[in-house]
Amino acid sequence: MSSVELKNISKSFRYVQALEDVSFMVRDREFFVLLGPTGAGKTTTLRIIAALLKQDSGTVLFDDEVVDAMTPADRDVAFVFQQYSLYPTMSVYDNLAFPLRSPLRKTPEDEIKAKVTHVAEILRISHLLDRKTARLSGGEMQRVSIGRAIVREPRIFLMDEPLSNLDAKLRESLRVELQHMQKTQGNTTLFVTHDQIEALTMADRIGVLNEGHLVQVGTPEDIYDRPATTFVAQLVGTPRINLVPGGRDNGTFFIKDSLMHLPAPEGRSLPDNVLVGIRPEDIFIDPAGQFSGTILLTEPLGVETIVHIKSGEQMLLSLAPGITQLRRGVDVTFNILLDRLHYFDQTGKRLA
Amino acid sequence: MTAISQAQKESTGQVQPRRQRRELSDRAILNLFIWPTLILLIAWNLFPLIYSLFLSFTDYSAIANKAPTWVGFQNYADILSDPQMWKYFATTGRYALVTVGMQTILGFSLAVLVQEKFKGSGLVTTLILVPMMLSPVVVGMFWKLMYNPSFGYFNFLLGFRNPSTAPEMLAGRFAGQPVPNLALWAVALVDIWMWTPFVMLLVLSGLKAIPDYLYEAAVIDRASSWFQFWRITVPQVMPLLMIAILFRTIEAFKSFDLVMGLTGGGPGDQTELIAVNLYRQAFLGQWRTGRASALAYIILIVIIAISNLYIRYLNQAKED
Repeated sequence: MSSVELKNISKSFRYVQALEDVSFMVRDREFFVLLGPTGAGKTTTLRIIAALLKQDSGTVLFDDEVVDAMTPADRDVAFVFQQYSLYPTMSVYDNLAFPLRSPLRKTPEDEIKAKVTHVAEILRISHLLDRKTARLSGGEMQRVSIGRAIVREPRIFLMDEPLSNLDAKLRESLRVELQHMQKTQGNTTLFVTHDQIEALTMADRIGVLNEGHLVQVGTPEDIYDRPATTFVAQLVGTPRINLVPGGRDNGTFFIKDSLMHLPAPEGRSLPDNVLVGIRPEDIFIDPAGQFSGTILLTEPLGVETIVHIKSGEQMLLSLAPGITQLRRGVDVTFNILLDRLHYFDQTGKRLA
Repeated sequence: MTAISQAQKESTGQVQPRRQRRELSDRAILNLFIWPTLILLIAWNLFPLIYSLFLSFTDYSAIANKAPTWVGFQNYADILSDPQMWKYFATTGRYALVTVGMQTILGFSLAVLVQEKFKGSGLVTTLILVPMMLSPVVVGMFWKLMYNPSFGYFNFLLGFRNPSTAPEMLAGRFAGQPVPNLALWAVALVDIWMWTPFVMLLVLSGLKAIPDYLYEAAVIDRASSWFQFWRITVPQVMPLLMIAILFRTIEAFKSFDLVMGLTGGGPGDQTELIAVNLYRQAFLGQWRTGRASALAYIILIVIIAISNLYIRYLNQAKED
């Protein structure tokens, strides 16, 4: 396994700047997730690392060694595609054995057999080995294509939204399997997704991409608790963070268009106009709460209930544990965990 | 007021027939569309098919003023025991094998070549398709001119300047000496020239349908280009290639217009393909309508048998 580093990578296609000055490093044995919405440049980044695409400028390093001139075969990466990309005329066994049978590698057939059997056991597809890939379900296909990646020991695993074509249940179980596999085998993995839950649950570190720019790199805690911009704050966390305009007035601090006045945060000076981010779980209904509002809507999820509270003209999302007895139209009072507020300036940048 | 009621009356008067037309039932509309086609089909396809089946068991001649008399399987027995007919079938088989084989190889290669995008690739593709769009009779006419030993382009481009030492392709002679099958290969060459684009077109559409990520996955798995070609390209294109081959094989067994335009079956019977001979027996001087019908049915059975083999293989290719 290797570390992979990108230095000042830029890439543009005919009409769009896909990546602009992107630099980050995937450490050896790390599970790194690249998170971003569609069109952010995630897949482009992955393809540049695999040498399926050539960057316009910048450098790719594997173990501190420049690999820009290397072909995909020389870079020795494994790629799991979103569309599975199995060889349709071959059996599952042959698909798994395919990377080992490469003329560059020349593995003896009994060793191939041992490896394929082992991988099939890990992914629980042993019973499918004789089957033609066209006869597999989506989940089985993706297992096989993951298997084809792990059957050899590449320098890095590149995974391009491998779970996004699967149904929710399957996604959950494969997520756990992938994570388990990565941890037990210590594979360097770069995983691309637009799903913030996948990112938060699996990643050692997350890189957030938006429109070709790397916005923030950090652990899931960093990303969730200290989002660098409002974009990141809104990208991670469901239900989505409350983002409301705030202002200062005579030493107090208020949320515009609402009935909410907060004590000014201690020990820090804020500009006159800011955006305040409040995670829904930091707002809780409390009979002794200092803020008041009306319940607009409740969305019971079982474990918790999303409560939509209207305060003045502002709509806030709050999380209540379990299924609440609160009904719409009821006036409530609530509290906010003030030390967990996020402040952003007018351009969306986090205020330290 | 009166004007308005007048207008109303007129409009209701117009509504009446419109409603009647709408009352035409679905079934009536169905019949209206189906029957004209069906009648034409019966008159021009089904009736001749069945009538010729009947004629194949008679000694009927279209120009003899005599009712057909039933001869049973006599025509079939005559044809199948006639060594001359077997020779024509063999010629046709050889012709089919060579033309379809070459068209497959060349068509596939051309498709792989023009699939790569280069400057003017669209234009080149269109130009390659031109022969296919020409009328076979016209193609026969000008290839005859091109093959002409004294002023044709063909010998000129091959470097033969002296007509007396040059090949006479359509006469089956080289420098005055007869060369067996040369005329047949000359005709086959024209057929290959004309119909390779057809195979190319079908293969090209197959190639374009192969998703890029299959090749990308193969590149990352370090597969050689040889391997990629045989394990990805060929199997993916196979169903369409098989359809092209099927069409061309059927056409080869029916080859007529090109041969008539180029050699008329000659020299001797070197290019006498089975369809040409059929035409000769049915019309040219002989007018043996009954025997020709029997021959037509034998050809039909051969073609159906070959098609079935292909289709079985095609389904297998799709299964995989």
